[in-house]
Amino acid sequence: MPEEQNMAKITLQNIKHSYLRQPVESQDYALKEVDAVWSNGGAYALLGPSGCGKTTLLNIISGLLTPSEGRVFFDDNDVTDIPTIERRIAQIFQFPVVYDTMTVFDNLAFPLRNRGVAEDKVKLRVNEVAVMLDLEDSLKRRASGLTADGKQKISLGRGLVREDVNVIMFDEPLTVIDPHLKWLLRSKLKELHQQLGITMIYVTHDQTEALTFADRVLVMYDGTVVQVGTPVDLFERPGHTFVGHFIGSPGMNILPCEIRDGAASFAGNVLQTASPLPTADNERVEVGVRPEFVRFDDSGFAVEIVKIDDLGRYKIVVVRCNDSTLKMIVDEDIRIPSESPRISFDPEYTRLYTDGWVVE
Amino acid sequence: MGIELKQVSKRVGAEIHIHPTDLVLDAGGFNVLLGTTLAGKTTLMRLMAGLEAPSGGEVWFDGKNVTGIPVQKRSVAMVYQAFINYPSFTVFDNIASPLRVARVARGEIRTRVGKIAELLRLTPMLDRLPAELSGGQQQRTALARALVKNAPLVLLDEPLANLDYKLREELRDELPKLFQDTGATVVYATSEPLEALMLGGHTATVHEGRITQYGATAQVYRTPNTLLTARVFSDPPINTATVDKQGDTFVFGDAAHWPVTEKYAVLPNGIYTLGIRPHHVTVTGEHADGVVVRGIVQIAEISGSESIVRVEVAGNSWVSRSHGVHPFEVGDTVELHMQVQRCLYFDSGGELVAS
Repeated sequence: MPEEQNMAKITLQNIKHSYLRQPVESQDYALKEVDAVWSNGGAYALLGPSGCGKTTLLNIISGLLTPSEGRVFFDDNDVTDIPTIERRIAQIFQFPVVYDTMTVFDNLAFPLRNRGVAEDKVKLRVNEVAVMLDLEDSLKRRASGLTADGKQKISLGRGLVREDVNVIMFDEPLTVIDPHLKWLLRSKLKELHQQLGITMIYVTHDQTEALTFADRVLVMYDGTVVQVGTPVDLFERPGHTFVGHFIGSPGMNILPCEIRDGAASFAGNVLQTASPLPTADNERVEVGVRPEFVRFDDSGFAVEIVKIDDLGRYKIVVVRCNDSTLKMIVDEDIRIPSESPRISFDPEYTRLYTDGWVVE
Repeated sequence: MGIELKQVSKRVGAEIHIHPTDLVLDAGGFNVLLGTTLAGKTTLMRLMAGLEAPSGGEVWFDGKNVTGIPVQKRSVAMVYQAFINYPSFTVFDNIASPLRVARVARGEIRTRVGKIAELLRLTPMLDRLPAELSGGQQQRTALARALVKNAPLVLLDEPLANLDYKLREELRDELPKLFQDTGATVVYATSEPLEALMLGGHTATVHEGRITQYGATAQVYRTPNTLLTARVFSDPPINTATVDKQGDTFVFGDAAHWPVTEKYAVLPNGIYTLGIRPHHVTVTGEHADGVVVRGIVQIAEISGSESIVRVEVAGNSWVSRSHGVHPFEVGDTVELHMQVQRCLYFDSGGELVAS
């Protein structure tokens, strides 16, 4: 098992990165300004669409890339200029990296033998890791005969076998895995994290993977971290309209909002929300509410039903009010009114946003 | 256009890829082929397109036997999982290429490409090369090329599989709308049950070279004729267990028993396989017809809004899916509420006998 002192808290301080030699404006930066602290032993996910900067950030932590500005610390040591190999990091990529001609055992032993570890210790450690990953029955097999998920487990095993790793980083590790095996492998990762307490950072564009794996999720958008929170925070209290849109399926309804006479209203209907009223003028005000928190309610406001999609477990009902359309998720047991439907928003989960940011 | 498969089969050497299949597609509608990788979806499409010749049976278009007619003469359009565009052509030229092959007049090409580009929100990108586009835009270009031909049969083979899931969500919403007014018959292959439900229309469940059921999508989902169809059309997998009907009681081993209600009264006594979907076995007991079963937690997954737990219930590995976030410890015993009115009962041959 890895020793406590081998692991590290990771601190990113004012990190900016541009792939251009002489960046001028904000658009020239792949990372605009990132400050983050990743505590020792945490399970983190970096979630965002392609091009948001998440892989750039991962490469800065691993040392494959030196940031244009800012510093990276492992505990109190500035590692910004230290090469990858000295950072003691294990990385698992989208496509499994295995030596096809070697046995599973030799694949797992490779990083240890490379470092000159004695053979009896290698054997002990490889067997330990094989048990963790349920690979003990295939140790003597050639890696080439394994399925994609088996190979990905070997990639992971090669990371775990070293006892000196500071952090294990995953870059979209389940992309090539069949859907029904994904959740088994995901649960395995989670179990290993709980068992070993190593810091793990998981990069993905897939909300399900991020939310189910991580204790804390960093949502990235256009080179910045827009929110850091637990899966429940991101679902119930999106800090930015992008988070509301990106997480959840369908995403949060983002609707035009008017502030008048000390009240927020949508399409002429006064709303109760969890946000205080915004103070500044001239800002674009929107109201955000997830489809899960919109319901049919005879005392609510009138809408017109545009479309009903039956997804079995629930229905997605698209309704229109003035010029806005919004979606609601309606459980299969709930009757959809056929005449003059009225809806309301759950005030506890309805928030105001100015220029995209939540008002709190 | 009406498309019909009559006893169509495909064998390659000694291997049977498609067993003799009869299928009449919903003409002018959206038809989903749902099944796992290698179930035979792509082969079925290739047989419809004429890219492969059947080993037996006939393919009919609009009441005409087209079995021997090659793909070029069938006026079909096909879009694959990987975005296939000509890398050295602009978006405009990519979309225009099938019209140029068909020697359509230049003015008409401009009009038709313009219209399709508008529909697929590609107008600002018409002068760009595919490499300068995002994945979603590249796939929209490939779709535009398939649409611009106005082909009466459009075959889409997992066209969204390579896209970010948010984009997938968006295009999934748009696709049925796009084809609605064209009158084209669309066939769409997917391995994801949720995608089939989102696309709506009709669904054929495909399993090991056979179509196990075909009908309106929501109906196939709610009333699968066989256990096999129920399995193909479930993610997470449908829970199953053996139950014994003894007079007016269903007995689920020592785990639970419940009264036989009116709609199941006609079933003869004996052993049945029960099927119940994960969201009908929940940790919260808000349902009046819930029967309590106990399970041991094996794996738990919590997302921001849901809890999905794999539990062992009387020797069966089940999945429970509940609203909200509930803490679970592996190895704990939990009480689950099973909505018995949602149970499907199958006989020993896997045929649905009551739902």
